[in-house]
Amino acid sequence: MLRIDRATYDAIVAHARKDHPDEACGVVAGPEGTERPERFVPMLNAARSPTFYEFDSADLLALYREMDDRDEWPVVVYHSHTATEAYPSRTDIGYASGPAADPRTHYVLVSTRHHGPETGLAGDDVEFRSYRIVDGEVSEEEVEIVESYLFGHSPTTVVYD
Amino acid sequence: MAIEVRIPTILRTHTGGSKTVEGSGSTLGALIDDLDSKHSGLKDRLVTEEGKLHRFVNVYVNDEDVRFTGALDTEVKDGDSVTILPAVAGGC
Repeated sequence: MLRIDRATYDAIVAHARKDHPDEACGVVAGPEGTERPERFVPMLNAARSPTFYEFDSADLLALYREMDDRDEWPVVVYHSHTATEAYPSRTDIGYASGPAADPRTHYVLVSTRHHGPETGLAGDDVEFRSYRIVDGEVSEEEVEIVESYLFGHSPTTVVYD
Repeated sequence: MAIEVRIPTILRTHTGGSKTVEGSGSTLGALIDDLDSKHSGLKDRLVTEEGKLHRFVNVYVNDEDVRFTGALDTEVKDGDSVTILPAVAGGC
């Protein structure tokens, strides 16, 4: 199960809406070894494409150095699909099953195919789903949205920026 | 002096949990061979059967992505820092 706070959930959806019709991507970092997505980090889609996303290679290195300095890892890797459902594509599965990709990552997929600016509908809708991808096998997991992620944790685990 | 290599979380199963290991060699390929002799299985994760760097892995020597500097033939020397990361990409 992915447990994510409301503000981070909203930030991911807002990023996907803003970059539509191109795919948006990013990570939510958290303390290494934990399942706590705490620090939202939107990334540039170096492909700037409606059908592909890619972290720029230099951006990827900078991101990992920063996470390393903060003893973090990417709890969530998210990206959007802008014309198809929020389900991992074959390409997504390939990369997520790569030899250096950590199977403990939560892969969040957002679909903006039915969102307001695209359809002109008042009741717009953005799909938000989460998956584990291990050796080419996809399993969807429940997403629980909590109002505040830090609430309920002991103050010693809270990192204030 | 040696070459410092940063290992991504999932590959630390090959390094006894170590985040950073040291190795030697004059090229990235030789360095990976040296690492594999101490941390068995590492090479299979990074290099394909055809002898190429796995396309879903990014390797940097200092700040340079080796894709642009000769891949496994990239020259390395003592004091260099090598970083191995998962490539992050996909598409619909």
